[in-house]
Amino acid sequence: MGHTFLDRYYLGTSLIHRLDPRLKLLATLAFVLVASSTPPRAWPAFALLAALALLTVLLSRIPPLEVLKRSLIALPFAGMVALSLPFTRGGQPLWTWRPFGWELTVTDRGLVLCAAVLAKAWLSVLAAARLLASTPLFDLLHAMRALRVPPVLTSTMSFMIRYLFVLGEEAGRLQTARAARSAGPGGSLIWRARVLGGMIGSLFIRSYERSERIYAAMLSRGFAGEIHSLVRLAWQRRDSWAGLAWTAALLAVVSLAHFGAWV
Amino acid sequence: MTPPIIRVEHLSFSYPGSRPALADVSLAVQAGEKVAIVGPNGAGKSTLFLHLNGILTGHGRVEIAGLAPAGKALRAVRARVGLVFQDPDDQLFSPTVLDDVAFGPLHLGCPPAEVRDRIAHALAAVGMTGCEALMPHHMSLGERKRIAIATVLAMHSEVLVLDEPSAGLDPRARRKLIGLLKTLPQTMLVASHDMRLVWDLCPRTVILDGGRLVADGPTAKLLRDAALMEQHGLETP
Repeated sequence: MGHTFLDRYYLGTSLIHRLDPRLKLLATLAFVLVASSTPPRAWPAFALLAALALLTVLLSRIPPLEVLKRSLIALPFAGMVALSLPFTRGGQPLWTWRPFGWELTVTDRGLVLCAAVLAKAWLSVLAAARLLASTPLFDLLHAMRALRVPPVLTSTMSFMIRYLFVLGEEAGRLQTARAARSAGPGGSLIWRARVLGGMIGSLFIRSYERSERIYAAMLSRGFAGEIHSLVRLAWQRRDSWAGLAWTAALLAVVSLAHFGAWV
Repeated sequence: MTPPIIRVEHLSFSYPGSRPALADVSLAVQAGEKVAIVGPNGAGKSTLFLHLNGILTGHGRVEIAGLAPAGKALRAVRARVGLVFQDPDDQLFSPTVLDDVAFGPLHLGCPPAEVRDRIAHALAAVGMTGCEALMPHHMSLGERKRIAIATVLAMHSEVLVLDEPSAGLDPRARRKLIGLLKTLPQTMLVASHDMRLVWDLCPRTVILDGGRLVADGPTAKLLRDAALMEQHGLETP
């Protein structure tokens, strides 16, 4: 069932796929950090970041359009924030718009800021989308464990990965059962809200009961409060080289961003 | 006679705020026996199973190979009793098959090299060699049931306790599963509504109804007793 959106392209043998997940996770975080600390107007730095992101997409041999499509999901959220910026940040007025007696003035500084916020958000999500498309989710989990992310978080994520699909299918069945007993969109808004509330409640109770059975299953197999894993990640020489190259590239972006003529 | 591997004596248990789920149940099972536990829904089958490895504790005595599932012996008992839950989505809680089959032996303190060895053997035993990297939600129900059995085989449990192993399987997957269970030498307790599975797999049957043990004898005799089966909401195969 509809799980392909999450784990469609992770099986691959490209250089990027074979890199250590710890490296990929840290490299992506560093990229996001550099992207978000790049000042507005440092367009060459943004261009270099975009080039780096696209390079890793090409190297991982994932269809670039697919990653681009996925990277757009964050734009509505960033867009909501960015949309107000051109009108509220002061600076030289560029043009004024008067809908229904309001006065909205677009300024140059606001416009630049808006573009920079959108660029940062998009680049960050692009990097994350590439990471997810070239790394199995459970490898990321092993990487987080190895990097000493608190076990409460990694266990929660592990169960989320496992049970997202199970819950999704359960919700799908409830929806089908509802549809089978009502024609068309059915009833008033209040009626539909009541049905939806019932469905959410029933899903919650089922999940709660399931969690008790899962816990019993874990206890039955020796669980005593700490999750152990068989997987040992092996850092290869190519990981060191790739890490060095990525660090150098990000340092180039930082120097371009902070010491260029546009600062 | 050798002492039984499972000994349950006068076991009673109630869930908080409800009528007794088990009332004075006594049962002894010899090593290597395959015993079916049958009875209507709510008869106490699953509750009994959860007592065998100390998940629940009621009044009375439970011993597995002479050990009570409590205190210091709890870990040893949980290693001996492999519980396979009805819904493999409860049993398989790790993101991949490898992680899940490794879970039991790792948490019982096995060294990693031996765990890998046990995983290979357990997956081979259920006919799922090479599935280590798969994620459970990519597998069919029949395959997930097999992996669920592999998770306890990897623990080298002497007693396998299976809750409704054939529920929800199509006829082919069901036949394959019965074939698999027949090849396993372990002592088995099997709760099931599938009377043909009981007939094929278990020479001995125990009937539970309303938390009480109402019959215990050879499958061939009990399952032919139409009046007895009818009385407890069951049917002859």
